[in-house]
Amino acid sequence: MLRLEKRPTPSRFWSWGTPVLAVALTMIAGGMLFALLGKDPFLAIKTIFWDPLFGEFAWYLRGQLLVKAGPLALIAVGLSLGFRAGIWNIGAEGQYIMGAVFGAAVGLAVYPTESRLIFPVMILAGAFGGWVWAMIPAILKTRFNTNEILVSLMLVYVAETILSKAATGFLRNPEGHGFPGSRSFSNYPAAHNPEIFAGTGMHWGVVAAFIAVIFCYVLLQRHIVGFQIKLAGQAPRAARFAGVDPNRLVVLCLGLSGALAGLAGVFEVSGPAGQISIDFSSGYGFTAIIVAFLGRLNPLGILLASLVMALTYVGGEGASTDLGLPKAAIQAFQGMLLFFLLGADLLSNYRIRFTLIGKETR
Amino acid sequence: MTRENLLTIEGLSKSYPGVKANEDVSFKIATGEIHALLGENGAGKSTLVKMIYGLVRPDEGRMILRGQSYAPSEPREARASGVAMVFQHFSLFDALNVAENVALGMDNPPKQRELAARIREVSEGYGLPLDPARLVGDLSAGERQRVEIVRCLLQDPKLLIMDEPTSVLTPQEVNILFDTLRKLSAEGTSILYISHKLEEIKALCDEATILRRGKVVGTCTPREKSAREMAEMMVGATLNSPERPAGELGEVSLEVRNLSVASANPFGTSLRDIGFAVRKGEVLGIGGVAGNGQDELLMALSGEARTKRDSIQVNGTDIGEMGPNERRRLGLVTAPEERLGHAAAPDMSLMENALLSGDVRKGLTRKGFVDWGATRAFAQGIVEKFDVRTPGISTAARALSGGNLQKFVLGREIMQDPEVIIVNQPTWGVDAAAAAFIRQALLDLAAKGAAVVVISQDIDEVMEVADRFAALNEGRLSPPVPTKGLTIDEIGLMLGGAHGMHKAEVSHAEA
Amino acid sequence: MDFMGITPSVLIASLMVASVPIMLAAIGELVVEKAGVLNLGVEGMMIMGAICGFVTAVGTGSPLLGFLGGAAGGAALSVIFALLTQVFLTNQVATGLALTLFGLGLSSLIGQDYVGIKPPATGAIPFGPLRDIPFFGKVFFSHDWMVYASVAIIALVWAGLKFTRAGLILRAVGEGHDAAHALGYKVIRIRVLAILFGGAMAGLGGAYISLVRVPQWTDGITSGAGWIALAIVVFASWKPWRVLIGSYLFGGITVLQLNLQAAGARIPVEYLSMSPYLMTIIVLVIMSSGKGRASLNAPASLGQNFHASR
Repeated sequence: MLRLEKRPTPSRFWSWGTPVLAVALTMIAGGMLFALLGKDPFLAIKTIFWDPLFGEFAWYLRGQLLVKAGPLALIAVGLSLGFRAGIWNIGAEGQYIMGAVFGAAVGLAVYPTESRLIFPVMILAGAFGGWVWAMIPAILKTRFNTNEILVSLMLVYVAETILSKAATGFLRNPEGHGFPGSRSFSNYPAAHNPEIFAGTGMHWGVVAAFIAVIFCYVLLQRHIVGFQIKLAGQAPRAARFAGVDPNRLVVLCLGLSGALAGLAGVFEVSGPAGQISIDFSSGYGFTAIIVAFLGRLNPLGILLASLVMALTYVGGEGASTDLGLPKAAIQAFQGMLLFFLLGADLLSNYRIRFTLIGKETR
Repeated sequence: MTRENLLTIEGLSKSYPGVKANEDVSFKIATGEIHALLGENGAGKSTLVKMIYGLVRPDEGRMILRGQSYAPSEPREARASGVAMVFQHFSLFDALNVAENVALGMDNPPKQRELAARIREVSEGYGLPLDPARLVGDLSAGERQRVEIVRCLLQDPKLLIMDEPTSVLTPQEVNILFDTLRKLSAEGTSILYISHKLEEIKALCDEATILRRGKVVGTCTPREKSAREMAEMMVGATLNSPERPAGELGEVSLEVRNLSVASANPFGTSLRDIGFAVRKGEVLGIGGVAGNGQDELLMALSGEARTKRDSIQVNGTDIGEMGPNERRRLGLVTAPEERLGHAAAPDMSLMENALLSGDVRKGLTRKGFVDWGATRAFAQGIVEKFDVRTPGISTAARALSGGNLQKFVLGREIMQDPEVIIVNQPTWGVDAAAAAFIRQALLDLAAKGAAVVVISQDIDEVMEVADRFAALNEGRLSPPVPTKGLTIDEIGLMLGGAHGMHKAEVSHAEA
Repeated sequence: MDFMGITPSVLIASLMVASVPIMLAAIGELVVEKAGVLNLGVEGMMIMGAICGFVTAVGTGSPLLGFLGGAAGGAALSVIFALLTQVFLTNQVATGLALTLFGLGLSSLIGQDYVGIKPPATGAIPFGPLRDIPFFGKVFFSHDWMVYASVAIIALVWAGLKFTRAGLILRAVGEGHDAAHALGYKVIRIRVLAILFGGAMAGLGGAYISLVRVPQWTDGITSGAGWIALAIVVFASWKPWRVLIGSYLFGGITVLQLNLQAAGARIPVEYLSMSPYLMTIIVLVIMSSGKGRASLNAPASLGQNFHASR
């Protein structure tokens, strides 16, 4: 019989070992899934995990990695603070959209004025947009004790409606012959978020992600607020005893994660995406949840995890063009990764023992 | 008088990783006997009764019930064999009513209406009246226990196991319970009575088995032994009463006036108009049966629950609206009852747990940044001074035994040199040696001029450490009186007497 | 009697149809939560039910088998949740989210060859002359059998929880798993069964969307219905009949906004289509604000994992 036994202290080895194990298990299970779809599993796994890094078009795809990893890391690192405190913002997708809409609206409002101030103001507006969108669940939670999971999620659908209204209505390109979509930011230098070094994929959003990771790392490791976040998540009553104001923490965590998601949105719309369009929403806000867990809610881990996840995106696109693997397969693949990760986590908190039947504790 | 054997236990052993919970335990219970199982916390009493009740399977040994081999693999089987158990904790459901709770403890409960009638009949017959339709969450601790007892009695048990039943009762309620148990015993039901309270065992039990560190260290007939002799068998050492250095009382340090707080918990107790004052160097003991507002009182004093500005004063400053850290800054520290999850975060290291409440008074942060060096030194200091047995300060709090963690938690507060300290159940679940150590540390603090409030459900403890005594009953506090010369009957009346139990009906039923 | 081209009897009849998916998913989740488990993967289970039901119905040509297939699909996905949270003791919130993400991906993977196909029709029950009763005939006797079945399920769940021993044990497990364990009940087993029931109900609701409501397959067809179902459980304060009321309320809003859109009301379409989500938020706020409201009825062990240590 198998028996679980709680470890006195979580295993250090497994707390870093589980993400690796989970990725490996996902590759195996994903391979099986691809085989079921009639694809060569080894080729599919190679296309997803190897080719973007070392394949024929790696020179281009490596840059794409940073483009995808930037927003993922930026959103995930914010979410991870809340998740640690037991505050579940799962509406980052909505905050990401609102950041893009706010930022784009500010930039397009002054079109075609050229000023060095425009881009920074757009960035602030984007962060503000995400923050506002996250403050709705925050205030409802602190004032009325409303479940933040459901509210933040409902607001994703609302944000998507606003996005389509923006693309077809108030931000539509007046010179676009009636097609949905805003003006392109790549034709508007003052508001454009360009690649900093050509071919690297490095844009200001990636820089912001690095800064956010460092900031959160220091906050969690060295600052009393980071300690309070961890405490509130692990032992809410002990946190109150320690003098932590739970409402302040809700406002802080939701606000911060909303602002970071908003930042990701505005960097995306003014850079890689280039315009507000109906299909701007790309699921980064949801994938970032997986990234946050894959990185073990640790800022440095999230940085690595965002790169792994970016790999599945970039590789998945390759697999979809080269092998005809449906894009949805990648989404299922990512969901699977989270399952394995959560399941494998057992190893860091519990010891598995084999015992003879009849002797086990029940 | 020789009676027939009901249950024979032979060589039971049970090990958990790193602990031998029971080792070669043997004893016998006769039909109609009230048998005491005596031992300190952690002596292995719980594991033993869980084996008898089928919740845990023994590694070795066997049990014989009424001449038949008995090895229950689940509680249902135990109940079918006539073994019933009244738990100390965790077996009632607050949001369900009395009848539903009773039904859950039975294997073939009758229809709701019939069951309700039988609950009434049995509960009144034994002097433990109950309303089957009431929500259990709204009952007092004593009434909740009645639910458990009635649940067992409805199944007509041959052996009734009672785990520390009196810890939730006032002295008067204890007397009524004992009458019920004697009546059951006279009717031929055997009772296995688990306790560490020696006077009770002397008053009630026919035979006693004493456990220490999982082994039987002796058996005796309690009526023939003194409490002290039994205590020394139980603890395995000579006991010292704490010393009280006589100190001068200073001026009033903590003053509480008209303190009323609504409980945050739907089934909690709201505090009503509480008032008391504690002088420097004085120890105030607050007694009371569980669930009469102890938690709420501690939270109101610690700052976890806010109150009116002027309802609490420390050295003349109104602190009612202040949070825990502001109060700590003024010298008021507290130690809640629940160690894991309230006083300490289970999964955090001792070092992090030292930071949890020590930040303000020990200056462990600078501009919000944690000084881990100073924190480490503080945690190390607690571990050394309070003899906390742990592999190191990076060990998680939940890895420590209850007693060691309690020493750490109390040590953390005491080492902050408080001017006012409030502790709730400071020695709950702690072995005798550690309990004595903790009480001594509190008394030493008072001797140095701190105002000390000890909230405890253990009357003996309160009487041992306190200068004055007050009773908490349904959220109200009695006026404090000096402990010197207070009798157990007087204390019982202050605690709320018999909480609506009818002594008359017991004698009526017996007649 | 018509307002802006909307006939009340048609409106009521169509809100009864519109509310079936969320009602089924919500009553399933209610049972799961009553057992003390919070499964946030309702959306994922619903969409799996939608695609599995669709595939089965198209494959067999039988709507009945389609609904069974949908229930099986939802239950199959919930097995993953049960395994992870009950055996591997993972965080229920995170696992539920993973379930939704995975379900969305897998369903669109399975469904890629089914876009644009029409499923076999689920007809209305022939009530004969009853249908011709003015107003009531349209409201009560013009539906397919799933509409009646969903109300019957609510009644069964209500009676089961209130009057049967199994229901009592289920509630006990949700109120205090330690106490239930101490009395010898198999906490994990009971919870796993509840989770499977919740999965099957969500799957059934999903199948109703793809087979009757829409009826066709598109990616993300449930568009948040699973999340609304979760909100309805809170709205219903964990009481079965209130799930019915809540679902009709939300069904009503959905139908009303669609009708208003069709009637060409002067409110922009976007605001109308976000109204069900905004309404959910408002209802959640009302239900959770103030002391002693909905949250007090929540099962005491909701969302906590159980591990029998000793």
